[in-house]
Amino acid sequence: MFDNFVNLWHGFAVAGDPFNILLMVVGILLGVIIGVLPGLGGANGVAILLPLTFSMSPTSAIILLSCIYWGALFGGAITSVLFNIPGEPWSVATTFDGHPMARQGKAGEALTAAFTSSFVGAFVAILMITLVAPLVAAFALRFGPAEKFAVYFLAFCSFVGMSKEPPAKTIVSMMIGFALAAVGLDMVTGQLRLTFGSEELLNGFDFLIAVIGLFGIGEILLTMEEGLEFRGKSAKIDAKVVLRTWASLPRYWATSIRSCIIGCWMGITPAGATPASFMAYGIAKRVSKNGKNFGNGEIEGVVAPETAAHAAGTSALLPMLALGVPGSPTAAVLLGGLLIWGLQPGPMLFVEQKDFVWGLIASMYLGNVVGLIVVLTTVPLFAAILRIPFSIIAPVILVICAIGAYTVNNNVFDVVMMLVFGVLGYVLKKTNYPLAPLVLAIVLGDSAEEAFRQSLLASGGSIGIFWSNPLVSTIMGLGLVAALYPMISNLLSRLRSPQPA
Amino acid sequence: MSETSHGTGTGPTQRNAEIGVALLTLLFGLIVVYGSYLVGFGWGADGPQAGFFPFYVGIAICVCSLINLAQGLRENPADLFAEWSQLRQVLKVLVPTTIYCLMVEPLGIYLPSILLIAVFMKWLGKYSWPLTAAIAIGVPAAFYLVFEKWFLIPLPKGPVEALLGL
Amino acid sequence: MKNFHALGLGTLTALGLAAMSILPAAAEWKPTKPVEFIVPAGTGGGADQMARTLQGIIAKHELMPTQLIVINKSGGAGGEGFLDVKNSKANPHKIVITLSNLFTTPLATGIPFNWKDMTPVAMLALDEFVLWVNAQDPYKTAQEYEAAIKAAPDGTFKMGGTGSKQEDQIITVAIEKALGKKMTYIPYKGGGEVAVQLVGGHVNSTVNNPIEAVSQWRGDKVRPLCVFDGKQLPYTDKILGDLSWSSIPTCKSAGLDVEYVMLRGIFMPPGVSEEQVAYFVDLFKKVRETPEWQQLMKDGAFNQTFMAGPEFKDWLTKAEATHKGLMQEAGFIAAAN
Repeated sequence: MFDNFVNLWHGFAVAGDPFNILLMVVGILLGVIIGVLPGLGGANGVAILLPLTFSMSPTSAIILLSCIYWGALFGGAITSVLFNIPGEPWSVATTFDGHPMARQGKAGEALTAAFTSSFVGAFVAILMITLVAPLVAAFALRFGPAEKFAVYFLAFCSFVGMSKEPPAKTIVSMMIGFALAAVGLDMVTGQLRLTFGSEELLNGFDFLIAVIGLFGIGEILLTMEEGLEFRGKSAKIDAKVVLRTWASLPRYWATSIRSCIIGCWMGITPAGATPASFMAYGIAKRVSKNGKNFGNGEIEGVVAPETAAHAAGTSALLPMLALGVPGSPTAAVLLGGLLIWGLQPGPMLFVEQKDFVWGLIASMYLGNVVGLIVVLTTVPLFAAILRIPFSIIAPVILVICAIGAYTVNNNVFDVVMMLVFGVLGYVLKKTNYPLAPLVLAIVLGDSAEEAFRQSLLASGGSIGIFWSNPLVSTIMGLGLVAALYPMISNLLSRLRSPQPA
Repeated sequence: MSETSHGTGTGPTQRNAEIGVALLTLLFGLIVVYGSYLVGFGWGADGPQAGFFPFYVGIAICVCSLINLAQGLRENPADLFAEWSQLRQVLKVLVPTTIYCLMVEPLGIYLPSILLIAVFMKWLGKYSWPLTAAIAIGVPAAFYLVFEKWFLIPLPKGPVEALLGL
Repeated sequence: MKNFHALGLGTLTALGLAAMSILPAAAEWKPTKPVEFIVPAGTGGGADQMARTLQGIIAKHELMPTQLIVINKSGGAGGEGFLDVKNSKANPHKIVITLSNLFTTPLATGIPFNWKDMTPVAMLALDEFVLWVNAQDPYKTAQEYEAAIKAAPDGTFKMGGTGSKQEDQIITVAIEKALGKKMTYIPYKGGGEVAVQLVGGHVNSTVNNPIEAVSQWRGDKVRPLCVFDGKQLPYTDKILGDLSWSSIPTCKSAGLDVEYVMLRGIFMPPGVSEEQVAYFVDLFKKVRETPEWQQLMKDGAFNQTFMAGPEFKDWLTKAEATHKGLMQEAGFIAAAN
């Protein structure tokens, strides 16, 4: 343990080099741009810049690349809040309350809350990596397919079940998501399904295309219906907004801690940042006393998913370093980078490449501090975008959406799909179908099904595998509790209050 | 979409919209069931087959669509989905956007983007030509620099770009 | 959508023709705009890593006048990427890196393409496969593991691998045939994940590529039993204790008569000219001489066979026949074929 601190101190000396600090600022700015542009994800950004870093020292290179990663995590929140378009999958949950806040003229508050929560989440995750890395790595190894399925199950249960919409509509919405997720190649049997011989459908429906359409285009159509006016309007933005928001944030400490735990856990297992953000949002909605107001611009609804997403995104780097298994697509690309620089990620990295590992961990601390400062200074700039008249900003958003949809798979067909999703999003929203379950199902449907079937392959078809050890049973149990929670709380409140005559 | 089919004077009714959506989801459910049937939806020797999950997902969609259909029929026929004037506003965006999306395949992304921004600014915003031209050309040009030059991501291009040698 | 496609194709062909007519008549062809490097697999996998390393090497040593841009098209087990190349007739600014899905995807999914629909450029290397078990398991040699599989009922031993009806499962089926016992094959998305599942004890063995499992080996978490190649690996750098890649016996010598190597090759769209192919063959010859490439080969214990021209075509013809045979026996051919 003490060794770790000595190493970390040494790491700070490496990462604190002025050249490396400069790389951090550059990396964060690039990352924010990547995060803002939908479709151009962190994985893309890192992959594209990877070859440019070959001439740097591995430590400088990984600092640049990981800062792009932090920047993308920060940046994903910006378009979610301003335009209801999640730049990254994990910022979908941020739109639920972040965008309503922007519409009420509180874009500055929402962005400050999002950035600050991101920072808190990441910071806690880095602390965890510093203190308990080997322990946590061992924990991650216990997650086989059955445990992974249990985690997805829990994510679903904690998010779904308390929507205001009619149950049949919620189910239809979620099942459409599952069906869309199933299109394309079935990983377990290697068969194509639901493609009906179409070459365009080989890729299936990417989550980002659905989200850009349902949320982004759908939102523009709704705005048009309500008259030609962009609803955000000019909110006064200055440094005071940041300070005022900061003053209000400590109130949500319980949500923050809970989201940090969820995020770290999801990042390590590795289920990833997206389920973490949904799960944190869902649980906060249930537990918080403001829960009823979630979805109408509650700041806590921004804090919860952002904290969890960033905690997960950061802790996803741990299994990569310690086990050589990436916790996210971006981590997968970073992993490739490590190999190219002649560093073998895995159990021996912490022993053989101390300088590198602790330099990286130190750069995580510094990078996030630098990142927070950089993004907070951009808050007024981004909030000012809302003052641009709708007839200018709307076509620009449409173009950004189209480019985003295209870059996901480099496929023009996806641009048309995005439009279809946009119309769908408008009509479904008008007819009271909830969109969140659909999105969640597209994101997790495939992975959940895959884990389920891998488990059954291993158990020879026996469902008992989901109750076969304490770990998986506990997670499944938690999931069931979360699913039945509405009923339980309903029952409890009915028992407590006297029956009306 | 369904909401344009049966109007009641000032706009399509919520009832018709609900029924239309329920029928659409029902159709979607049936397609999913059929697609799953094609790849096999049984429980093979080594766990579920490729179509197992989609099959039951499709069934669930169909069942719930029928419930929604029944509920849609019970909606108050007087409630409006939206007024015609509102829908016209929506179409003002939807029609140019649809044309835009369809033009990307043959013409690439840049030219349609210039046209889309210009149409919006001129037609809906009534801005002057110089400003319209500046933004309509400036924004796609900025995207060209960011994506193609900076991040090395080729975006779709058409014959015009080929002539310019981009 | 068909109409758009036809339109797109038309413009592409027109583009190609325009490009051809602009070109000077000089014998030596050079790319005049960025070259797209299609990876028919997801980001972070083995093919993607190799493509991005190539991109880095070519940029660093300035081996090409324009840029090389890596694009992932992984849909339909890589079918999407291959179809893209197949449909980009006579476009010299597009190359694709292949893995075994060049042969397996059309057979397993019925997606309509074949290596003959593209122009073979060169074989860069061959990727090896090694049989791995968890280091805590008692099996020290391939023979001991084989005996354990034979002694247990069908399906007791679990083999983890990447994807379904692809190289890992083909090897598994071949092992099953050699031993006369069934194993339970569990597909995962990526090679790194497979290696970790082995370390975590969720599967009994894997046939990971060397580069996917080497770090776990260095950490003494997994143990290599044998390599599925005709000869032992040449790399003698120490990895764990006194062991190196060269100390792993071949599976054949351990009584398991299975051989399999995976192509890492480069293809171009159909209809490109000889000079254009020659340019890229020459380019990759230069790449092979760089220290970065040598390092990658050593790290991943690759088989460094290089082929181009008719020799490469012969190899492809044979490999295709082998895959067809293996997949037919395993019952992996799609019903549509």
